[in-house]
Amino acid sequence: MLRPDAGGLYCAAGDFWIDPLKPVPRAVITHAHADHARSGAGEYFTAREGLPVLAHRVGDGGDFNAVDYGQPFELGETRVTLFPAGHILGSATVRVESEHGTWGVSGDFKRAPDPTCALFQPFDCDVWMTECTFGLPVYRWPATEQVVGEVLDWWQDCIDAGRPAVLFCYALGKAQRLLAELADRAPRPIWLHGAMQPLTECYREQGILMADTQTVSEAGKGYKFSGDLVLAPPSAAGSPWMRRFPRHSSGFVSGWMRIRGNRRRRGYDRGFVMSDHADWPDLIRTVTDMQAERVITIHGSGEALAGYLREQGIAAESWNLRATLSRSEPA
Amino acid sequence: MKAFAELFDRLDRTTATNAKLAALVDYFRSVEPADAAWAVNFLTGKRLKRLVNTRELREWTALATGLPAWLIEDSYEQVGDLAETMHLLLPPGSGRASALGLAGLVENRITPLRDLDDEARRDAVMRLWQELDGSERFLFNKLLTGGFRVGVSKRLVTRALAEVAGVDSTLIAHRLMGRWQPTARAFQALIAPASEDDLDTATPYPFFLASPLEEGPGSLGDPADWQAEWKWDGIRAQLIRRGGQTWIWSRGEELMEGRFPEIEAAAEALPDGVVLDGEILAWRDDRPLPFAVLQKRIGRKKPGAATLAKAPVAFLAYDCLEWNGQDARETPLFQRLQHLDQALAAAAGLLRSAAVDFQRWTELDTCREGSRERGVEGLMLKRLSSPYRVGRTRGDWWKWKVEPFTFDGVLIYAQPGHGRRSGLFTDYTFAVHAGDELVPVAKAYSGLTQDEIDRLDRWIRNHTRERFGPVRSVDPVHVFELAFEGIQSSPRHKSGIALRFPRIHRWREDLSVGDADRLEDLKRLLDTRQRQ
Ligand SMILES: [Zn+2]
Ligand SMILES: [Zn+2]
Repeated sequence: MLRPDAGGLYCAAGDFWIDPLKPVPRAVITHAHADHARSGAGEYFTAREGLPVLAHRVGDGGDFNAVDYGQPFELGETRVTLFPAGHILGSATVRVESEHGTWGVSGDFKRAPDPTCALFQPFDCDVWMTECTFGLPVYRWPATEQVVGEVLDWWQDCIDAGRPAVLFCYALGKAQRLLAELADRAPRPIWLHGAMQPLTECYREQGILMADTQTVSEAGKGYKFSGDLVLAPPSAAGSPWMRRFPRHSSGFVSGWMRIRGNRRRRGYDRGFVMSDHADWPDLIRTVTDMQAERVITIHGSGEALAGYLREQGIAAESWNLRATLSRSEPA
Repeated sequence: MKAFAELFDRLDRTTATNAKLAALVDYFRSVEPADAAWAVNFLTGKRLKRLVNTRELREWTALATGLPAWLIEDSYEQVGDLAETMHLLLPPGSGRASALGLAGLVENRITPLRDLDDEARRDAVMRLWQELDGSERFLFNKLLTGGFRVGVSKRLVTRALAEVAGVDSTLIAHRLMGRWQPTARAFQALIAPASEDDLDTATPYPFFLASPLEEGPGSLGDPADWQAEWKWDGIRAQLIRRGGQTWIWSRGEELMEGRFPEIEAAAEALPDGVVLDGEILAWRDDRPLPFAVLQKRIGRKKPGAATLAKAPVAFLAYDCLEWNGQDARETPLFQRLQHLDQALAAAAGLLRSAAVDFQRWTELDTCREGSRERGVEGLMLKRLSSPYRVGRTRGDWWKWKVEPFTFDGVLIYAQPGHGRRSGLFTDYTFAVHAGDELVPVAKAYSGLTQDEIDRLDRWIRNHTRERFGPVRSVDPVHVFELAFEGIQSSPRHKSGIALRFPRIHRWREDLSVGDADRLEDLKRLLDTRQRQ
């Protein structure tokens, strides 16, 4: 019913694409991250809560359709329903029903609670297409509460030492999740890199409660940021912008920080293991919860998970959606 | 173990030298001497003898996690470090063994593994996996699989100990040399106030290491203040003659007892209370033999007559660190050289590494260019007024090496690196053309920037042809310029040659596979080298 195309998936029965990376007439978008949402589609379908962020990311040019979670809508010969994915605000998994059966497609998802978005909701399907960003058993997340505690302890150490604490994290989703986790625990306002400010406003406008923030560009000249927490996207690391924070301690919040070499190679002082993706146990738990007879891994290196599931007696395979990008590219 | 794990975490979470120093000082001041002794041992790079092999560890990890072996391998490939992979895969531990000190863990739980049968050893390791958690379990795995690096140098550990002891760090470095053992008593002696006789008679002095001279000697000032010597391609060693006994220590602080009987015999003629610094070389008819000949002697604990005849060695002395039983390191080099001459006058079997005569710096250019024909690596430049310092202190000793050989090779295999490079494909194998084939000639892992490493890693993952365990063969596309120091014939290699110290000079994205060098080109170097 679905096949890889345009960097995403194409459904012929409904004549629509899920998360295409190239311009298509009609796109169902799971969430606004750049590896799932691109500008140029004729028509967009996305979860209502995700619309403001998506519009901010892909521009106002498209024709947007806001869809409520759990409310089926017709596309061609299919019935499509979006369910909360628990990944970022407005993120969704897609259920496609037709006479060929029921398919579930994840964009990205996680199972841990997140104050900025609705909890992942499983549904029954025949085929479950699962993301597999962290598809190895070494990826196992500690409880969010513990990691937030580690971040606060580190911030306190920086306050004691009078140093800026620069915390790198993705600008959409992770930054706001952190701000929400810190809402009533931050000892002082948190500084934001300019790239994070508009997205954070999007979240605030939808009523997400977050810690007070200021934008770094608003700070007075010569302000030292001693003991202040600054959130910045990973791309800012090593850039001239960092000169604003002499003697800073740096941290990175990401599932990749589970592995020591990843942190040391990038030269971060601290790694905080918090991810908006499912870890290995949750990838497997979700396969069980979706009751699917067949599993297809997408987004990430899914061979290991597919191989493991096969050994457990589940029909599983791995698809590389990216391959369709170079294949259809004109030479 | 808790305190040691906390120290590890503190060291691991900062790149600032002062913060690391403070962490070390806090640790050494607060823990039991026996624990501190083992910490010194591990932090200065010493390892436990391997008690468990990695195949067993993988099997036990499979047993403890219920995961298939291939998935453990895939995980290892991603993580790049077996100790860490096991720790991340194992279910959370109870932390019950956390109260065990480092010495207790090593002496009561790790070293006894040696005497256990396979099953009991497995049970003992698996029990510790259950009883330790977090950094403690990771470090336990590190101790089982070898050593670990935490970005502290031996020199930094020495500085921390000097601060704890309130003595000069050169004294600490000296006390740590030679036969130092990780015991509570040895740690207490290590941080004791300075005294006359706190050193074992076999203890060598810390070696003074030369820094590379990048620009040429013009900036060093008046040539008359400097002595030039050949830079030998042998084993740096210290020859000790004290109390009628001889000891030879390598720079790696290995005691070379019995390995070089001709040097030990020659040293008997030295006056007592003398320590010489110099180089062990394979040597015949007043000139060095290729390093490959010396290699035949390195592994031999008790060489027989045939080996002695085939691979004769000599000690070429270039400094005198102790004279008349007195530490002479603070006296200037020109005086130490006088002591050296006196010492060697008595011991005819030991050779003097002679000075290279020159008046002007420009004369040295010619000398240096002739290094290869002489079988040396280049020149050493030493300030005549300088004391004998500790470690790699810049300013008084420079090594000025000849330009390395280079060739263009094709990347054909890659495997993940370790430590800082873990999880990335950073260990490469390069090949040259031989007829229609590409024949591997060198393995190298250093010399690329982080950006290049990342880019190449992505490329490798997308252009893998075959997998052999952790090794992947890749499409032969990328050409690299590699440098190396020497070449020798080697029947063990398919190419028939072995290169010394190969490393990547640069990624030649301007070249294609056809432009890479041919095996004949490399073998030609071999011929010129062997004709000498
Ligand atoms: Zn995402
Ligand atoms: Zn994604």
